[in-house]
Amino acid sequence: MKVSEIVKALDLKVFSGSRGLEAEVSGGYVSDLLSDVMGNAEASQVWVTLQTHKNVMAVASLKDLAAVILVSGHRPDENTAAQSEEEGIPILGTGLSAFQVSGKLYELIGKK
Amino acid sequence: MDQELHYEYNVEGGDFSRAGYASSQIKKILKRLNIDAGVIKRTVVACYEAEVNIVAHAYSGAVYFDIESNRLKIVFRDEGPGIEDIEMAMTEGFSTASEEVREMGFGAGMGLSNMKKNADQLNIESEVGRGTRVEIIINT
Ligand SMILES: Nc1ncnc2c1ncn2[C@@H]1O[C@H](COP(=O)(O)OP(=O)(O)OP(=O)(O)O)[C@@H](O)[C@H]1O
Ligand SMILES: [Mg+2]
Repeated sequence: MKVSEIVKALDLKVFSGSRGLEAEVSGGYVSDLLSDVMGNAEASQVWVTLQTHKNVMAVASLKDLAAVILVSGHRPDENTAAQSEEEGIPILGTGLSAFQVSGKLYELIGKK
Repeated sequence: MDQELHYEYNVEGGDFSRAGYASSQIKKILKRLNIDAGVIKRTVVACYEAEVNIVAHAYSGAVYFDIESNRLKIVFRDEGPGIEDIEMAMTEGFSTASEEVREMGFGAGMGLSNMKKNADQLNIESEVGRGTRVEIIINT
């Protein structure tokens, strides 16, 4: 499934990095701890978090993640969005909580 | 690799906006050299954690990256408080990160174990009050 299909199905806001919307998604990872994501997320996953600072994009880029989903109405910091543009890794947003959006994501892509 | 290459990067303590810069440069170099994808993944994880530890815990430091004939050697040297008990620091969950740093999602105490899991060799030397040297070896 592509990032753009997830955006559509979950009605997500696209903050930045729209160049990466056609990337394939292999699964998801939910965490607000950067070392946890660094150690345990896998390439092409979408990362669900409430962290909004620039290091999120450093981790997303180093791990070749497909996209970042900010929960509970959080918005990316300005320099975070700028780096997302540069890397072509989308930052997406939702008013749903991490629990709610993860449940929906799991329905969509979790079984793969 | 038939040619041996050497690169250096500075790392500023406390400057989270640049944390990960050296690691992303190293990743780019390895990709350009067509190094095995699994090797790149392991190198990136270990390097990022060592780089962020300088930013989060030390005052200033530098990264020395060597591409040798059958391995990568990355040395992270910093001036900082040093590590009192390296064995305890290696324990997953142990962290002395400040509240501010924890709020950013650092300070889970997982960095050193991520390094250990991804490096073929991890050598840490530290002197309290002076600084720390972390050597990561990845076989290619
Ligand atoms: N370069 C360093 N200088 C001084 N202390 C360090 C250094 N690197 C690690 N430490 C000490 O070792 C502890 C554990 O490091 P580790 O990287 O495992 O976790 P952390 O940095 O606290 O959190 P995380 O890496 O999960 O964000 C640190 O909290 C710190 O006390
Ligand atoms: Mg750390």
